[in-house]
Amino acid sequence: MAELKMDTPKATRPFALSWQARVGMLLVFVYAIYAATQLGFSWSRFQSGFELGARFVSRLFPPSLERMDILWQGIAESLEIAVLASTLGILLSLPISLLGARNLMPAWATWPSRALVALCRALHPVIVAIIFVKAVGFGALAGVLALTVASIGFIGKLFTEAIEEISLKQVEAVRATGASFANVIIFAVMPQVFARFVGFATYQLDSNLRNSTMVGIVGAGGIGGTLFSAFQRFDYDFVCTILLTIIAIILLGELLARMVRAILLDNVTFRELLRLKPDTRLRAPEGDDA
Amino acid sequence: MNTDVSSYPRDWRRYTASQRLLRFALYFLFILAIVQSVRTIDVIPEFLYDAPEQMLDLLNRMWPIHWASFRGDISSALIETLHIATLGTLLAIVLAVPVGLLAANNLTRNRGLNLLARFILVSSRSINSLVWALLFIAIFGPGAVAGTMAIAFRSIGFVGKLLGEAIEEAQPGPVEALTATGASLSSIIQYGYWPQIRPAFWSIVLLRWDINVRESAVLGLVGAGGIGMALNSAMDLFQWDRVALVLVLIFAVVILAEIIITRSRRSLL
Repeated sequence: MAELKMDTPKATRPFALSWQARVGMLLVFVYAIYAATQLGFSWSRFQSGFELGARFVSRLFPPSLERMDILWQGIAESLEIAVLASTLGILLSLPISLLGARNLMPAWATWPSRALVALCRALHPVIVAIIFVKAVGFGALAGVLALTVASIGFIGKLFTEAIEEISLKQVEAVRATGASFANVIIFAVMPQVFARFVGFATYQLDSNLRNSTMVGIVGAGGIGGTLFSAFQRFDYDFVCTILLTIIAIILLGELLARMVRAILLDNVTFRELLRLKPDTRLRAPEGDDA
Repeated sequence: MNTDVSSYPRDWRRYTASQRLLRFALYFLFILAIVQSVRTIDVIPEFLYDAPEQMLDLLNRMWPIHWASFRGDISSALIETLHIATLGTLLAIVLAVPVGLLAANNLTRNRGLNLLARFILVSSRSINSLVWALLFIAIFGPGAVAGTMAIAFRSIGFVGKLLGEAIEEAQPGPVEALTATGASLSSIIQYGYWPQIRPAFWSIVLLRWDINVRESAVLGLVGAGGIGMALNSAMDLFQWDRVALVLVLIFAVVILAEIIITRSRRSLL
């Protein structure tokens, strides 16, 4: 019998990582160790951290209910900042994004508005708040202005992109009837992008609500200042109360945003509104700080 | 077909009465909120009137930018910021992947575990990174360690949520095929899900790193290390020319991060 010899394939794993991937992972690992030593991570620090953390957590509870008037003042101011900043931001970003859309406007109009939006996006809201605190003094106004800038940056960018994606057929049709420029915008452009605009605007309302609780740390009004000073005075039980309130407000804000979208976009009736299902259709737009 | 036209209403309306009522209620609520906020918000008009003057004064003090102070403190603080952002992102990936896997209801078929994971993600996202930094400063003391942990914990929610959604959107076909061969859970994840979610994973990580670079620049304002500390001390000393330098540096780093992101997105995806 002829010798039956089969080449047994070498035992290689078919989906093994390529050497580039291995080197990459090794580099990432080495970098992590290097950065950790540079930043002062050490085991002893973690051990003492666990102890301190346990003590810290035990001091958070029970939440203190003593200074509810201060809490309420701060929360009310935060809400006012969020409402006004969202209103201003939405109103201002509408014309800015219309000006920035390359398919509707000539280049001399798109460049300045795009640059403005990019500038608004580049700096963190807290840093913008610092500048406004210097310009208009401590207080809620600085917070409103800082978050307005952030809103213009966010809605402006996404809404410009949304307008650039519209179908130009309707625009041509409306133009062919001899409509004025304003009519083209109102009847050909806005119906196509209104749903997304409502999505961005409600999302920004939500995000302003989160940020309005923070700009107070640099003195721009709202609950953030109260939170920061409670931290500095080691009033951890009051800190806990503030944090729980903030989380509750943010959850309420998400619910409100969902209801706004349901009413304006899905045309729900009152009965449908009461048994609202979780909103999976409109996700947070990409590129934001969800 | 016999349709009785007369039974239709004479004038057509877009919304039913109840829908219209809801819309009006919503608009009313908005107006009410805006009016109430305008009336009660605490604005000192005198401060508003001299805002342009103050702004000019600020710009005057910022100019010329104090480039000389870049060497030493500020440059090392800048490097520290980048370390905080990058290490925080890496730590966040390690912590967020298990939570993201638990949050995806097609991979983890246990309702309780899904809800637990969702709760972790929501609480991570509800607390701002500055507040996370304050919490970790109370635990680890002021410095970059608290900043890194804050960045990591704030990012868990973001990375985990988007990763969970990416897993839920994965095609069930390859996963079912693997399950039919009797593959283990780790093989299913590695060969069934991972190839499908890989582009989403990289884009989530890059996006979060970009956000973290911005955020780590302000963490120092509460004492959590990085260039924010330099910013804070320069502001406390009214050295506005140094503040200007820090702002320009932050701006440059943010732009640089965006360029890196666009480049690596092109090569990774």
